[in-house]
Amino acid sequence: MNDGYAVRAEALEKRYGEKRALDGFDLVVREGTVHGLLGPNGAGKTTAVRILSTLIRLDGGRAEVAGLDVTRQAREVRARIGLTGQYAAVDEVLTGRQNLEMFGRLFHLGGRRARARAVELLEQFDLTDAADRGVGKYSGGMRRRLDLAASMILAPAVLFLDEPTTGLDPRSRGEVWESVRALVAGGTTVLLTTQYLEEADKLASRITVIDQGRAIADDTPDGLKNLVGGDRVEVVVAERAELPRAVKVVARVSDGEPETDEDALRVHAPVTDRVNALTEVARTLRDEGVRVEDIGLRRPSLDDVFLRLTGHRTDVPQSKEASA
Amino acid sequence: MSAVDLTGPSRHGRLYWLLADCGNIVRRGLTHYQRQPVNIAWQLGFPILSVLLYGYVFGSAMTVPGGGDYKDFLMPGMFVMTMAFGFINTATVVVYDSTKGVIDRFRSMPMASSAVVAGRGVTDLVVACAELGIMMLTALAMGWRPDGGWGFLAAFGLLLWLRFALIWIGVWLGLLVPNPEAAGGLFAVAFPLTMISSIFVAPQLMPDWLGWVAAWNPISSTAAAARELFGTPVGGGDSWVEQHALLMAGVWPVVLTVIFLPLAVRRFQRLSR
Ligand SMILES: Nc1ncnc2c1ncn2[C@@H]1O[C@H](COP(=O)(O)OP(=O)(O)OP(=O)(O)O)[C@@H](O)[C@H]1O
Ligand SMILES: [Mg+2]
Repeated sequence: MNDGYAVRAEALEKRYGEKRALDGFDLVVREGTVHGLLGPNGAGKTTAVRILSTLIRLDGGRAEVAGLDVTRQAREVRARIGLTGQYAAVDEVLTGRQNLEMFGRLFHLGGRRARARAVELLEQFDLTDAADRGVGKYSGGMRRRLDLAASMILAPAVLFLDEPTTGLDPRSRGEVWESVRALVAGGTTVLLTTQYLEEADKLASRITVIDQGRAIADDTPDGLKNLVGGDRVEVVVAERAELPRAVKVVARVSDGEPETDEDALRVHAPVTDRVNALTEVARTLRDEGVRVEDIGLRRPSLDDVFLRLTGHRTDVPQSKEASA
Repeated sequence: MSAVDLTGPSRHGRLYWLLADCGNIVRRGLTHYQRQPVNIAWQLGFPILSVLLYGYVFGSAMTVPGGGDYKDFLMPGMFVMTMAFGFINTATVVVYDSTKGVIDRFRSMPMASSAVVAGRGVTDLVVACAELGIMMLTALAMGWRPDGGWGFLAAFGLLLWLRFALIWIGVWLGLLVPNPEAAGGLFAVAFPLTMISSIFVAPQLMPDWLGWVAAWNPISSTAAAARELFGTPVGGGDSWVEQHALLMAGVWPVVLTVIFLPLAVRRFQRLSR
């Protein structure tokens, strides 16, 4: 009845007073895939997830999750989804095990199955050693994993993850990514929101870009990257007078037009063979005696995608440096 | 995949699961106390300390209109005060759960969402029984001698009845205040409200207008009714509300519930706006 789609949302509207949090938002997510929902702060990601997970009512449009209407069949939807909100929603006083057992019982597994499932999930999320410690003493990564485990108790058909790695160190981030991959291997469909193109690229097979409550692009990660032109090599020179020479050097390794930012004394251009391009540029600049401040590779960020799609930048400070 | 059979929701009906969910929320609330013994010590320690402090410090200096020992007058008032402050505990837990997203998690699950609030209420009543029990033992140790029997049980019931009504104020405020820190400020509001009542001093000893306010304070009725039922000095008062303390101790919580239960429910429903 859901013809291969785990999520199907049409023209979703959500208003908060004058503010349109969602303004005709469309989304389809294929069963068994990871779908990324990418957008800057305030784009409407959380609002979309909260509507799809039945936490808030929609003001207009239609949404189905696992073939069920989120408004009319909310209870049935809840039995088939898992939700990991933007902030870890676990009980900080209880231990990890007590949390999972409590949620298991509230998922109506009954005491025996709830206990068995808790043991299984603690193992799967590498929390067995910390199982009987209070969650208040957990690290951010452990708390996130417990949160994920709690949303997995019923092995849901559809799992919503709202910025699952924001605020985590790289190691914990990797752990979360691993868990997500394992879930999908088990047949779960995942809708994941993120502010990082890199994260969507790593996990998702398809990405919807959202801005001001509207989907502005829906593509594969490669499609989006092609749109912004993949990796770029970037040179910052010491003085304005050096710019023209730097442009020439950069143009030689690039397969596109170099772009200059006169104020920042910066030249950048798209490259395909990243490492070779970088070493080539560095060598030539030194040979020709161009005085440079910095040379680096820059990966396309959410900001670049936005600039390309909307013509305006996001207001998010991006971490886009991948220095050589 | 999971070795646990996760499918096949049970043969039980809706009412069964409402009660089961409620029971699980209560279990969670009580486990909190078990894991944080300091909290329960503080929560019980405060009333005990109050009983000792007010009993011994003010005990000799205060008089009760119509005669009688001040300590005997004070004890039921202390029980009422503990019940009255209870709404702060309710609010603190609710604000914590709603700001930390725990309530959202419950709401995204196939459980009965009314169990979240109902379970909180039952937990609070269980804790209130423990508080009353411990305070009464302390009071007995200090020489308080109530009448036993049905009157005693009725007084106990009226105290819990007041606590029940205050659950809804607690839930409502818990969903209203923006963060746990703000909930701490509720104490500053609650303290004067309990002072302007018959808990410590008989209203007729206060300035006219203040005495009138104190007499009509809902918790004064519970205090006066409890005193009457315990057979300890009541402290007189001939205004209508003081003459009908037993009636009003039953009516006030109804009034509070009728006002605040719908407000709390509305706040809860507003979460899904
Ligand atoms: N309860 C609310 N009341 C008023 N405005 C709201 C509410 N929730 C969201 N908004 C507004 O709706 C817009 C979309 O918010 P939303 O939280 O969905 O964005 P987001 O993409 O999740 O952002 P972030 O990356 O910061 O989490 C924002 O402008 C926000 O201020
Ligand atoms: Mg968000």
